Amino acid sequence: MENFTPISALIGGGLIGLSSAFLLILSGRTVGVSGIIAGLLPPEKGDAAWRLWFLGGLILGTGLFRVGSGDGVETLVFDATMPMIIIGGLMTGVGTRVGGGCTSGHGVCGIGRASPRSLVATLTFIAAGAVVVYINRHVLGV
Amino acid sequence: MIRNMIGFGTGVLFGLGLAVSHMVDPGKVLGFLDFAGDWDPSLLIVMGVAVVVTFIAYRMAKGRSTPVFAELFQWPTKTAITDPRLLGGSAVFGAGWGLVGYCPGPGISSLAYFAPQTMVFVTSVVVGSGLAGFIPKARIPVVSGTP
Repeated sequence: MENFTPISALIGGGLIGLSSAFLLILSGRTVGVSGIIAGLLPPEKGDAAWRLWFLGGLILGTGLFRVGSGDGVETLVFDATMPMIIIGGLMTGVGTRVGGGCTSGHGVCGIGRASPRSLVATLTFIAAGAVVVYINRHVLGV
Repeated sequence: MIRNMIGFGTGVLFGLGLAVSHMVDPGKVLGFLDFAGDWDPSLLIVMGVAVVVTFIAYRMAKGRSTPVFAELFQWPTKTAITDPRLLGGSAVFGAGWGLVGYCPGPGISSLAYFAPQTMVFVTSVVVGSGLAGFIPKARIPVVSGTP
């Protein structure tokens, strides 16, 4: 576990939790990022603007950290080739929409409100991801 | 207006959290999914802490009749856990997640790094989600009897 970063994980997890807590208490919404995107495709009148503001804030929040820390683009390490990224992106888009959530929707909001459905979804996508990584790294040796 | 500001503020908090915890780095996320390799449990800590904070907020919400700035709490209504859409969709998403190391949140937030891979990933997610929005729900068989 050489790469384990517990302190930054605690702080980051707290910030993500506060984000979903404020969205729930202030606006009454329990949605993750894929749900926020799905609600824009197509946009519904009166329920679209806040989603765009959220996504803009999401990029700005990471941008602020990037500027503050001086991190460059090399912070992001990609194992995947471009064709894999396109396939993985399409699968992520289709899968989160059909499955009704992603890591934030099911994993944080859903488990946070003790939904068995979200726990099942989260265990399913972690298992599927682990299988793919196992095949890539330990069978194919990419 | 106030709802847009809440959206913006919660977005900033979320984006900061993802960056602080290094979840914007696909390599870090793949390290979590690599249980047979040099396993990195950081993602589990991030998710665990976020779940605890959300759970407290959920309990607070249960004690209120309405949210502070909206007319009602919008809770998800589905409860079936043997729903093929839930399981199939989550499995497809998980496989895509394992292929790249990105889920939708970090994908979008790390657009701030201007990596071409990120832009290609986010475009693919939007196309995939948009296309899936056209899949008629009736065409996917629902085995469980729950409506």
